[in-house]
Amino acid sequence: MATHRDSPDPEDAGADAGEDGTSRRRFVGYLLAAPTLVAAAEVGVQAVNPRQAAAAVPSPPQPPEVLDLNDLLTLAAKPTANLISVRVHQDGTVSFDLPRAEVGQGITTSSAMIVAEEMDVPLEKVRVTLADARPELLFNQLTGGSNTTISTFTPIRVAAAIAKGRLLEAAALELGELVSELTTRAGVVLSSGGKRVTYGSLAEKAASAESRQVSVKLKERSEFTVVGRPQNRIDALDAVTGRKKFAMDLDVPGAAPAMVCRPPTINGKVRSVQNEAAVKAMPGITDVAVVSTGVAVRGRTFGQCIDAVRALDVTWDGGTAEGKSDEDVLRELRKAEIPLAVPDSGPLTGTVDADFTFWFASNSALEPNCAVADVRSHRAEIWGGLKSPVVAQQEIAAKLGLPQGAVTVHVTEGGGSFGRKLFYDAALEAAEISQKMGKPVKLMWHRTDDFRQGRTHPMSTSRVRASYLPGNVLTYEQRHTSVATDFGHGLGEIITSLSAKLPVGDLTFSETVFSLTQQSPYDFGVTTQLLSEVDKGFNTGSMRNIYSPNVRCAQELVVDELAKRMKKDPCDFRREFLKDERASAVLEKVAEKGEWGRSMPEGTAQGIAVHPEYHGVVAVLAEIDCRPGTAGREVRDARTGPRVTKAVCAVDVGLAVNPRGLEAQMMGGIMDGIAHALTSSLHLKDGRFLEGSWDNYFYTRQWNVPPELEIIVMPPTTGRPGGAGELAVAAAMAAVACAYGRATGRMPTEFPVSHSGDLGFEPLPTVPPIPQSPTDGLDHAH
Amino acid sequence: MPTHTFTLNGEKVTVEAEDDVRLLWVLRDLLGVTGPKYGCGIEVCRACTSHINGKAFNPCSVPVGDIADSDEVTTIEGLPATAGGELHPMQEAWLERDVTQCGYCQPGQIMTAVAKVRQARDEGREIGDDDLDEIRNICRCGTYNRIREAIVDGARKM
Repeated sequence: MATHRDSPDPEDAGADAGEDGTSRRRFVGYLLAAPTLVAAAEVGVQAVNPRQAAAAVPSPPQPPEVLDLNDLLTLAAKPTANLISVRVHQDGTVSFDLPRAEVGQGITTSSAMIVAEEMDVPLEKVRVTLADARPELLFNQLTGGSNTTISTFTPIRVAAAIAKGRLLEAAALELGELVSELTTRAGVVLSSGGKRVTYGSLAEKAASAESRQVSVKLKERSEFTVVGRPQNRIDALDAVTGRKKFAMDLDVPGAAPAMVCRPPTINGKVRSVQNEAAVKAMPGITDVAVVSTGVAVRGRTFGQCIDAVRALDVTWDGGTAEGKSDEDVLRELRKAEIPLAVPDSGPLTGTVDADFTFWFASNSALEPNCAVADVRSHRAEIWGGLKSPVVAQQEIAAKLGLPQGAVTVHVTEGGGSFGRKLFYDAALEAAEISQKMGKPVKLMWHRTDDFRQGRTHPMSTSRVRASYLPGNVLTYEQRHTSVATDFGHGLGEIITSLSAKLPVGDLTFSETVFSLTQQSPYDFGVTTQLLSEVDKGFNTGSMRNIYSPNVRCAQELVVDELAKRMKKDPCDFRREFLKDERASAVLEKVAEKGEWGRSMPEGTAQGIAVHPEYHGVVAVLAEIDCRPGTAGREVRDARTGPRVTKAVCAVDVGLAVNPRGLEAQMMGGIMDGIAHALTSSLHLKDGRFLEGSWDNYFYTRQWNVPPELEIIVMPPTTGRPGGAGELAVAAAMAAVACAYGRATGRMPTEFPVSHSGDLGFEPLPTVPPIPQSPTDGLDHAH
Repeated sequence: MPTHTFTLNGEKVTVEAEDDVRLLWVLRDLLGVTGPKYGCGIEVCRACTSHINGKAFNPCSVPVGDIADSDEVTTIEGLPATAGGELHPMQEAWLERDVTQCGYCQPGQIMTAVAKVRQARDEGREIGDDDLDEIRNICRCGTYNRIREAIVDGARKM
């Protein structure tokens, strides 16, 4: 394996020299006035690497630049604004209110590990909860771009280190010893003379009577005993016992089930309702109300809401994609494609020209869109798995006509997101319904609504042209053309309004995100990757890894083609052209572990791909079986097709806080990549999506899972955590596509490869908009 | 309104509901038993999988009127008691393998896993790759391989 050197650490800028010659900077944090010890640090500002302030989606501009955009000046001016804090309790526990959403990515566990590490407190004594919307945090309360650990690692450590320092001071007084004679271990302060005092008993004594600034040094990485070691999730027991509470599991007084009857076409609006009174008289139904997205019903059970939605007789207008089908949108994309600049032939150069189509896809999490809302005349309370709760709070307040401070937004544990929960459609809708009905509601979307009216990953095309001489690639151009991605979850607006100040100039926000996230890991001479967008008629959003899976998939297929033209092995070719040592190292690792180049039967093949992003890099080697016996296997109501039989993944995130959690993230990303490449898409027909259930939208199921899967977490390289939540998707999709191309002998050009074949299911009706639940479940008991 | 009596997690319960309300909503909305999750409502995603008289079923697709007084319904909350411990061996295997990501599908996955192991044993064999391939429960976090490993581990202790 290649050796690595830590890249210069921006956190060390202006540091004082430590005794071992390395530099260690002091970090500033705060002791806050409170009955027991509370230590805090500023989130966002010091965590951002100045050179990379614009190099990842949520890396924010400096707070002062945006304060005037919000009605937050007063709040932000408070001495405790922008702070996250750890709190020490008399029972010896330490609590931390994480200003992020846990949607399965494991950040409550990794954040607890960081606190445990810096404070020398057992992990089981650390309680991590999710913070309510805190407007003063601005965009520092946005969960996206795989950014959580990148942006919170240092602030959490600073707060925890200050708390530990203060505990040591209190213990010194208590024990009558010098701080330098004391050590900490497992929540206890020990003196050199063998005396001991617990953190819990010091919690009050260490409390500060006034808030003040203090500075602190952090633990050396060589002293880490928790961070970097595999740890099981702290919320696993609740999950496996059914105790974990998601939004729809909360017991909010008076909040009854509610659902919405939605239009048959995308974003259609209610023109009239013919039978409101009759539906209101149905068993269990308490209310019916027309809202901006359809007709809402509220009842005793969700089952009765389903009945009521199905009984509603509504006249609709056509919506924002009226009459459109896949081919129409594809034509729009073609028209908007930015021309390739390099001529496609020359006397000596060869040219690879390729053209790829990526159909609409859904990021649908298993927990459907949902939220609880209790709106009263002067205040509102909202509960939901929200990744941008501050913007949600602002918009809900505006919609309800309440001051922002009158809206409390609680962030609940989320049942998956994959980008979906950046939007708060359900919270906004629940608030509107609760206000209209004058009662608390538990709003849940039907699964069918989620596929048909929910957010989608937009359809796109990628045109690529690469010119080469034997042994060298001279130019690489990629023109990505996409249905517009909606980034309207707050950060988007902030950055768009500031985009003239960013290094990328006056591009639109989407173009900014594209430019700041897309990169070619290869030395291919003059490289340009551009985005253009069309058609804002669809409900879109960032799906896990945003543009990268499609852009990377197109590039890696072209890389295979270039290798073929130059008569080189695809892995050797990549070795030769990769720019970065870390990328080469993960490539070598999967090639070795996955036995790249081993002989395989006809109709089966390996594919290999690399993807750098989020200050990390990942490589995936996939083996696929496209032989008729495998591809033609039958499973009821399922998409089978070619099967990925093995996947090997090597990942370098700089520093893996929790390698076990990182492996889980990679596993999930690989399942997503397999689905994007082979099976899962939405079909648009006459202004509506045909998919309406999980047996229509073919996300990876057990029969598609690679029986062999190996994930290798590389040893720390940069020493700082990179992003992990989305990292594996692009490399996995590309590796599977490359394997498919090599097994079938032709480069695939549309994704998923199954999209234009048999639909594979009978579409559910659009009126009524949701299907009735079956009644024969007992016949299928097994 | 009709009254329904059955055994739920070892205890007799009585609940008032129209006959056609599906059991999932009786459990979640009326009895406050929230382990079984909604993911589709049409017996596809299997997030609500529970047991009736020891067999896996999907309460989203069973009207409460079809449940008899003598029926024993077990949700994830009642699973440990069926093995007589704090946790069922399958739950322990789940913890050891750190299977969970978001956790939303996990109660259903575990209830399916237990039934799947029993089904294989009733057919005189141990659970294998073909059985695992048949499992229809969706895990949108994609933690499928850990589910497979945990089922095999859990089966050994069952």
